[in-house]
This record gives sequence, structure tokens and C-alpha cells, in this order.
Amino acid sequence: MNRRMILYTLGKLMQIEAILLVVPLAVGGIYGENVLSFVITALSAAGIGTLFVLISPPRTRVIYAKEGFIIVALAWLFLSALGALPFYLSREIPNYVDAFFETVSGFTTTGASILPDPSSLSHGTAFWRSFTHWIGGMGIIVLCMAMIPSLSARSIHIMRAEMPGPIVGKLVPRARDTAKILYLIYVAMTIVQIIMLCVGGMNLFDSAVYSFGTAGTGGFAVSADSCGSFTPYIQNTITVFMFLFGVNFNLYYLLIFKRGRSILKSEELWAYFGIAAASITIIAVNIYPTYKSASDSLRLSAFQVGSIMSTTGYSTADFNLWPGLSKAVLLLLMFFGACAGSTAGGLKISRVVLLIKMIRCNLRKLIHPRYVGTVQLEGKTVNEETQRSVANYFALYAFILGSIFLLLSFEPFGIETNLSAAISCFNNVGPGFGFVGPASSYADYSAFSKLVLSFAMLLGRLEIYPVLFLIAPSTWSRK
Amino acid sequence: MKIIIVGCGKVGSTLLSSLALEGHDVVAIDSDPTVVDSITNIYDVMGVSGNGADCAVLDEAGADKAELFIAVTGSDELNMLSCFIAGKMGASHTIARIRKPEYNDRSLGFMRQQLGLSMSINPELLAAQELFNILKFPSAVKIETFARRNFAMIELRLRDGSPFVGEKLSELRAAFGTKFLICTVQRGGGVYIPDGNFELQAGDKIGLTATLSELQKLLKNMGIPQKKAKHVMILGGSRTAYYLAKMLTNTGSNVKIIEKEQQVCDELCDALPKAVVIHGDGTGQELLLEEGLASMDAFVSLTGMDEENILLSFFASSQEVPKVIAKVNRDELGAMAERLGLDTKVSPKNIISDVIVRYARALENSLGSPVETLYNLMDGAAEALEFIVNGDSRITGIPLRDLPTKRGILIAGIFRERKPIIPSGDDMILPGDRVIVIAAGQRLRDLSDIV
Repeated sequence: MNRRMILYTLGKLMQIEAILLVVPLAVGGIYGENVLSFVITALSAAGIGTLFVLISPPRTRVIYAKEGFIIVALAWLFLSALGALPFYLSREIPNYVDAFFETVSGFTTTGASILPDPSSLSHGTAFWRSFTHWIGGMGIIVLCMAMIPSLSARSIHIMRAEMPGPIVGKLVPRARDTAKILYLIYVAMTIVQIIMLCVGGMNLFDSAVYSFGTAGTGGFAVSADSCGSFTPYIQNTITVFMFLFGVNFNLYYLLIFKRGRSILKSEELWAYFGIAAASITIIAVNIYPTYKSASDSLRLSAFQVGSIMSTTGYSTADFNLWPGLSKAVLLLLMFFGACAGSTAGGLKISRVVLLIKMIRCNLRKLIHPRYVGTVQLEGKTVNEETQRSVANYFALYAFILGSIFLLLSFEPFGIETNLSAAISCFNNVGPGFGFVGPASSYADYSAFSKLVLSFAMLLGRLEIYPVLFLIAPSTWSRK
Repeated sequence: MKIIIVGCGKVGSTLLSSLALEGHDVVAIDSDPTVVDSITNIYDVMGVSGNGADCAVLDEAGADKAELFIAVTGSDELNMLSCFIAGKMGASHTIARIRKPEYNDRSLGFMRQQLGLSMSINPELLAAQELFNILKFPSAVKIETFARRNFAMIELRLRDGSPFVGEKLSELRAAFGTKFLICTVQRGGGVYIPDGNFELQAGDKIGLTATLSELQKLLKNMGIPQKKAKHVMILGGSRTAYYLAKMLTNTGSNVKIIEKEQQVCDELCDALPKAVVIHGDGTGQELLLEEGLASMDAFVSLTGMDEENILLSFFASSQEVPKVIAKVNRDELGAMAERLGLDTKVSPKNIISDVIVRYARALENSLGSPVETLYNLMDGAAEALEFIVNGDSRITGIPLRDLPTKRGILIAGIFRERKPIIPSGDDMILPGDRVIVIAAGQRLRDLSDIV
């Protein structure tokens, strides 16, 4: 294994984080706040990063899939550990485990918070908290690839490990150009959202913070009731953008640079909006007796479906108090997630569609033993290997979810809270039900459970394998 | 530049790796999805799986916007068809690999014109030409020519007792009384562009340039036999063997071809009346000895198996055949064989890759001083390039001594008004010259890149 290249790349990534920390530092400065915590963090990130780069000049830049996985998993761990320092050093989150949980939740775009009232944070810290969503949404390594000229000719291995979805392709021949295009679309959409929120009367700081949360499909809010007190215009704008950031970014590329029509043929897109429309209708009808207004129930239902499906985790109402059917639908949507190649978490719609088609094909084979059938997605036959890997991923997903739930069960909160916390964190959603509902926080969990949940969020964001390889002993043995 | 390559076999993958390293946007098309998968894992290129002559596939790869379209599948017909379609869709330049001898006959020009091909390449013919050049100067490891064959660059391996060994470069030119320039030295794993204080050792592989006539004189003074190979044994009746044998017999050499397939022997016999064709298994040492291997001037092993070629070349060397050449397609095997003492190898896929990379670089800058010829030297560690100077004030009219060239750059030759010059510090580059530049560790796109 090319350990030098791993360390070297980590060093480069930390240098990038140091640069990114300048943004919240500047924001804090504008508001005249004490920014010492950011200065210390940025300097230590730059220092450690430079040290890594200097002590470990790679003999060869050739890396394979294994190194790609390790680099990604380690990078996310290191960057979260460093990113937690501003919260801890400024004493705004006095406990380091809490700060780490908050940062992992930020980078993995989960949005699960241990802060009962986030409005108490200073501007600089609140900005950094939401900025981690924006960075983590498209992926920090993809960002580095767009910025640093060719880390390695084989950087596709790193990119693939970070990008969610069963099949990761390139938009254009060079990995670096692909990363640039993705970020260009991402930045442009974020700016449009900021402008639209400003038009609705929100101040620039709040617009930016809420847009970062939407773009990364994170969900950190800066007020205790998330989005509950906003005007319908702002709530609807956020709803639309939550859905938009849950769409595969490749489709935006096709829409802008190639033939726009071909995106209508995307099976995943149809399934995504189909599931969304059905869920919105069911919930709207289900909560109508509570709100007594068709437009209110529709707006609240659409917002919540968009928020949960895109795994953002904003809320406009305490859905913990909604009827059982609505909660069940929302819980199922947490599993589905949004499209592959978006910033959302969850299983991804394309995997769900593929799993259903595989089940249908296999059932036919049981009834007609000589049946010959292929599974097709987006008009292309999915080969046996991809099918196997999707089935394998699903089994692993279920197994890990069970383990997380079991580890959380030491807590005295009951099944609803623990199970929904596990599902919500593993799928990078944020709020759950019961004691971790939208109106409360994760503050009451023990330090052990917070670490388990942080780990769950990393597993979910990086789609299991990188983190699993990191802890597997066989990865590190020299044999 | 946007480049599409159809066919990711030996040639295709060599091409796409060197073109991607040059910084081009490369899209690879192959009919086998697993091949496409493994290629996109290794190289920074985009892959499309499907038939290279299928409009839908070409459309997905973006053939309409391609500046260069290269078809190198195993089938000539598919190559021609996909180039034709891509050209009609809007690809600006198309290159097809056409290897069947019957297409490479008189019909080639007509077909090229009608299909709108910018270039056709025939790897076997190119390999045969390279082999033929080497056999003309059997003492060289490799020989390349520049400026309409007026300049030559040869690679030699210095053996114990060579008059070069232990000499400083600055003293060599005076000692031999001829004009030549040592451009590159490969020693151990490294390649050096030497200066005057460099001292040569036995075992070094050196690259030197001289005019063709001076080269003859120099080799004679060095005591290196330079008789061209008169009796050549070729193992394996491949297409390369056919082209090579044809060239050799036409210039009066005696050629013996050993081939194990009866049918191929018959065909060769018809096509090459002057060559001796032996039907038998060349891997049997007995047969080689019986056919007079020991008294041959040169032995060329051209079977389809790299391993056979390497081993039989070692056997021929042990029988004291003065010149032994093996065709080795896999780079890693070639490097290993060289370490074990194999003297000369040719690799058809690397020859083609040189040709196409040169073509791509010339396309890229048709305005500046374009690349006329490009050769890879010292197993790709250095390049020799020939430029035509289009009047760039930054480098023209300055004595070379004062020209602030980058590290690893050497002006190896200037060709002015039909007269070759081996440059010294007082010479200068003038507009209209052809200039030969050696570059190690960097890729030149334009002559002005040297400063």
C-alpha cells in the first residue's frame, strides 16, 4: 500500500481546510466577534498539513482502489476532528465529543445537533457550522480535485470512494474537469437560492446559512424551531431547492450542456418525483384534520417530504406530533433518500429501483426455472456484477443499521427514539422521532452513543465501504 | 484537444495513456465493457462501451466535436467505417489503422481520399521500416533519421574497450576529428543530458547525432563494424516479417524465414520469391542451428509471443550472432529483458504511439513552430523533436551559448539551406531552419518552450 501518498494527500487536504477556515474567520471579523479559535484552528490545520506533505513525499503517485478508500475515510475523520476545534476552543460547545459530533454531523450533511438552541451561537461559529454542510455536500475531495492540478492520474479512485451512488461515471474525460463542472453547478444553484431567499425578505447571513444547509442537504438551522417561523414564500422556496439538490447533478449537466430532453427519460428522476408526489398527497390528507386548511397541510407536507427525502432535515412543524401514518411514511422516506449523484444521503432511489427490479426478475426465475431475463435501468442492461454489489450493499446496510441500533439501546429512551436516531443518522437526515424529534436535540445521549452516531453518519455519507476498510485489520497488515 | 480512440487493445491503450498524459481530453470506445471499466480505472479518460461504427455510440462519445478520431481496432474494415462515419458527423481529423497488405497497396491513396482519412497507419510496416534501419547499422541499438534523412540519431551501448569509455565529452570531438554530439546517456535507471565534463563508462547507452556521412566515418574510427547485415534470419512469418523481408531482399540481402504454419509458408513463398522460407518450429534449437544460425549476420525474432522472442534472442546471442533483435510488445517484459542483456528490441505499439502523439502535437499548434518529427529515446525517458523555425525573436539570432535554455534541453542539430550543422556554442537558430531538440523529463509543444 502506498502509505506515503495517503499521508501526502491527507496533508494537502488539511491545507485546503485551513484555507476554507478563513471564510468563517472573515464572517466573524465582519460582526466584530472574537475569532481567535478560527485563527488557532486554521494555523494548526496548515501546520499539520504542511508537516504531512514534507515528511512524506510520495515515491510514486500510483494509487489503487484500496488507497482511494483509505484516503477518503481518513480525510473525513481528520477534517472533522480539526473542524471541531473552533466550537471547542471558543467554549461555545464546551465538550469536545459534542463538538466532534456536531462537526461530523455538519460534514456528512446530517444536521443532527446537540444544541438545544442554536441561536445562541456567535455568527462566525454558526457560519462555520453551516459551511461544513456546504463543503461536505459535494465532497471535500471533489473540491480538492477541482482546485489542485491532478493529485494523481488515478484520482478517479478517490472520487469514486467519495461520490454516492451505485455507478459513478465521469461527465467529461478528465476527472479534474468533471469535479470543476460539478462544483460550478453547485455554486450557481446555491447563489440562486441565496438571492431568492433575500428577495423574500431574509437577511443575507440567514439566507447564506439556510442555503448552505439546503445545498448540502444538511439541515442545521440557526433558530430553535428550524424553519417554522418563516413566511410561506420562504418555506416554499426552500422546499423547491431541497428537491432540486436531491436530483442527480449529471442531469443538470445534460440539461445545460447537452440535449435537455434526454433527462426526461431518466427513470430515477421519474421515480424520485413519483414517490415524492405520492408521499406528499398521503401526508397532506392525513394531517388535514390537524391543520384544517388545505393549503397549510399541503405546504407543510411538501416541505417535510422534501426535507426528509433529500435527507436535509429542516422542519416547519413538529412532525413528532403528526399521526402514525405520516410518521411511518416519513420513516420509510429516510431509507429511500434521493437520487444517486446528488448531495443527499440514504439508500438512493436508483438502488431502490434496481432492488425492486431484481426481486421481480428473481421471482420470475423461481416460477419459470428456465426464464431468461435481464434487469434494465435507464435503458441499459445492468450486469450481474453491479446487481451483486447492489444486493451486497443492501445486506451490509441492513446489518450495520441493526448494529448501530443495538449499540444505542443502552440508552434509556425506548425503541422509537433509538431506532429513529439510528436510521436518521445513518441516512444523514438529522431529526428523528421521540426524544430526538425536530423540536429537541441529541444533547441527552451519552458520549459513547454520540461517538457511535458520529460513526454512523460517516458510514452513511461515505456509503459504508471506505470506513469499513479503514477498520478492517487486513487492510493494514503487510501481507 | 478532444480525442476519441476506438479499440483499446495493445495499441489503443498505449495511445490513450500517452495522449492522456499529454493533457488531452480522451474518450475511449471499446466493445467489451470490462475492458472499458479497467481502462477508466487506470487512466484519466472517459470510457464508452459499444461498437465504434454505431452512430449512437459515436454520438455518446461526442464524435461531432472531436478534433482527432483514431480507430485502432483489430479489424481494418471497422476502423475505416468508424472513421468514415465520425468524419461525416463532424470529427476534424481521422486516423485509421489499416494493416492488411492488400489495402496497403495501390488502393490505399484512393481509399484514404474517398473515406476522408487524414492518415492511415500500418504498425507492421512501420515496425519493419525501423527494423530495416537498424539492420543497416547493425552496431546501433536504435537509429532514427531527421530532416529528410540528412541527420541520424543512433543509440549505442558502450562495451568494455570502446574508445569512448573513460573519456570526457569535451575531449571526444577533438580526438575523433569528426562532428558529432552526444545528446543522451542512460546509466543505471537514469537518463542524463550530459555536458562537456561528463565522463562515459562501459555499459552506458548513449544517443548521438551526426550527419549520415559523418556517422559512417565516426563508426569506422571507433572500430565498430558497420557492414550492413547481409545474411538475416527471421523467425515467424508475421506481416512485419513479410514487409521486412521484402525490403531486405530488394536491397540485396539474403533472408531466411522460419515459420511453423504450412499455409503461411506457402503464402510467403508466393509473395517473396527471393527469400528462403523454411517450414518448421523455430523454437527448436536444433532447427535453428541446422539452418546456419551461427553464421548469420543478424537474427530477428518476430513471433507473436514476447517470451519466445526474448528467449530465442538470448540463444542466438549465445551462438555469437552479431546482431540480435526481438519484437517485444509488453513494456515491462522489454525492460526486464534489457536488464538481462538483450541488446535491441522493437515494439510496434510504441512506434505507432510516437507517430500519433507527434500528429496530435502538430495539430495543436499549427501557428507556432510545429513539431515535424518526434521520437521517443531511451525507452521514453527523453524525446527528440524536429521543428521548423517560424521566426520567434525570443530564440532566433542568439548564439546558443547565450540562449537560456531550460534544464534537460539540448539543441542537437540545425539544418540550414540543405546543409546539416552539428551546433557548437557559436551557432545560432535562424528563421527557416529545421532544428532538432532533445528534451528529457518534459513535453515540448512548440520550439519556444525550450527557454
